[in-house]
Amino acid sequence: MVREDAITAKSASYHKYIVKKKLIILLLVVAAVLMAFLSINAGAISISLRDVVATVLGSGDDRTLAVVKNIRLPRVITGMLAGAGLSVAGCIMQNNLRNPLASPMTLGIANAAAFGANVAIIVFGAGSILSTGLGEVQISNPYLVTILAFFFAILSTVLIIALARLKSFSPESIVLAGVALSSLFSAGTMMIQYFAADTVRVAAVIFWTFGDLGRASWREIWLLAALTLVSLGYFFLHRWDYNALDSGEETAKSLGVKVEKVRLGGMFVSSLITAVSVSFLGVIGFIGLVAPHMTRRIIGTDLRYLIPASAAMGGLLLLSADTISRVIISPQTLPIGAVTSFLGAPLFLYLLIRGYERK
Amino acid sequence: MMLAAEKIEFSYPRADVLKKISFALSEGDCLAILGPNGAGKSTILKCLNKILVPQKGVVYINGTDTSSIDNRMLAQTVGYIAQRQEHSRKTVFDVVLLGRKPYIKWDVTSKDIALVEEILQAFGLDDYAMRYTDELSGGELQKVMIARALAQQPKILLMDEPTSSLDLKNQLEVICTVKEVVQKKGVSAVVTMHDLNLALRFANKYMLLKEGQVFAYGGPEIITERAIKEVYDVDVAFVEYEGVPVVVPL
Repeated sequence: MVREDAITAKSASYHKYIVKKKLIILLLVVAAVLMAFLSINAGAISISLRDVVATVLGSGDDRTLAVVKNIRLPRVITGMLAGAGLSVAGCIMQNNLRNPLASPMTLGIANAAAFGANVAIIVFGAGSILSTGLGEVQISNPYLVTILAFFFAILSTVLIIALARLKSFSPESIVLAGVALSSLFSAGTMMIQYFAADTVRVAAVIFWTFGDLGRASWREIWLLAALTLVSLGYFFLHRWDYNALDSGEETAKSLGVKVEKVRLGGMFVSSLITAVSVSFLGVIGFIGLVAPHMTRRIIGTDLRYLIPASAAMGGLLLLSADTISRVIISPQTLPIGAVTSFLGAPLFLYLLIRGYERK
Repeated sequence: MMLAAEKIEFSYPRADVLKKISFALSEGDCLAILGPNGAGKSTILKCLNKILVPQKGVVYINGTDTSSIDNRMLAQTVGYIAQRQEHSRKTVFDVVLLGRKPYIKWDVTSKDIALVEEILQAFGLDDYAMRYTDELSGGELQKVMIARALAQQPKILLMDEPTSSLDLKNQLEVICTVKEVVQKKGVSAVVTMHDLNLALRFANKYMLLKEGQVFAYGGPEIITERAIKEVYDVDVAFVEYEGVPVVVPL
């Protein structure tokens, strides 16, 4: 009887522990949704929060509806999806490679996509920029830029995985392959820009690399949504495999996990998310590094809860960064890639320093 | 036979590690694999549960070639405790619950939770259930790892130097825990060790390994002064204490 009581008490405390984690996820989701409303509300054209809610619920005036439906809502949904996707991609890369510094950015996938954009804009002339009334620049052929950015991001992923397989897929070899390819693509980008005959094209490609959530149209959002949701489902399905991987490769194998297969799948899907996000939106740095680390500190390392929480945190952070970038010197918009990097670089340095201290 | 290895051979690209290793264990047997560093002790364990795949030879579990057993099924039969424990910050409960991984289809069931609670209780770890593993002592952590392996409900337990980083008290505690598990649950155990005296306290079968080959295999009678001199290049003498032979280096 005493033993049964003790077991019941233990069960109750574990149950409480699980409920707490679920509550944290719920809070993050609520915070992301609130941020979404704030983000729709913020911008050069003033729309009250009440009008935002009314418009989203389908009862706003035509002018507000046009601004919300055509500009702000797509931007907010893109931010949520790209933030969630990049964050979970980083979370899975860090788990799969057992390296806290792994992320779409540090593995060089973003640099590969930027190289693709350079090829499209400078070599193929997709970047004859147009000056708008506000003095902004637009890419004249965004599809070619997106396609080439995507192609090189995927090529980089395939190369990293192929190179890593030669070294029996050890996490170290994947990170090293990522670093090497990243340097290679950066060098390629420099060369293209150096030999570019048209400085306007160089300006256009620099503009592209800033990253912009406003680039995605509804058609692209649907594709981004489908891919992000399917990928999140895939990761969630493998959450127990990733938990086992957290205990080391040998332990994971002894628990029945097909380590190489799980790692290959995880890396491929997270690279795919990155490739699509970067090719649609440009380089958005550090969300894939910062968001999973912040989430881990709040909810712990259990992938059952870390995956959904990282998704919510990524969406929340990217939306916050985008809102800051739009309101801080309104009506001008700061490049989102710079804002996320300002947020992420100090954390990256902190992780490096902490890593050395531990050694 | 519960577990048998038949002439298994394994080599890394630049070095042969194991040469024609054979042994057979019945239910409740406890085999201690002994030998100097680099003799291939850990590699044998890894070949037994497909962490490494031997280039030659066959490993049988209940007469079935392990190469034909699915990884998940194998994990329901063989529990393994690695020499080096890598883990992110998790509670004791979550670490032991991970032992249910080979049985989980979508998520853990109340049956899994109940089994973990029972194991924690049996190991006297129930007070630590919600503590994080990085807050535990070496001995406590090793017990948690054994508890995790037992959550797999294995018939065979493989342990790679489970006492190597522990103080004397914890070494004895861990070995007593393993002995109890072997006796009570009827599992077979294969344990790699450095401490000959500790091995002589609990194993009933021994394998002396030298440069990847079996130097001697059998009961406690194989642990002789001559064998130890040959394998470790150390002179020792045997004294008897309460019926148990004790190895004393000279």
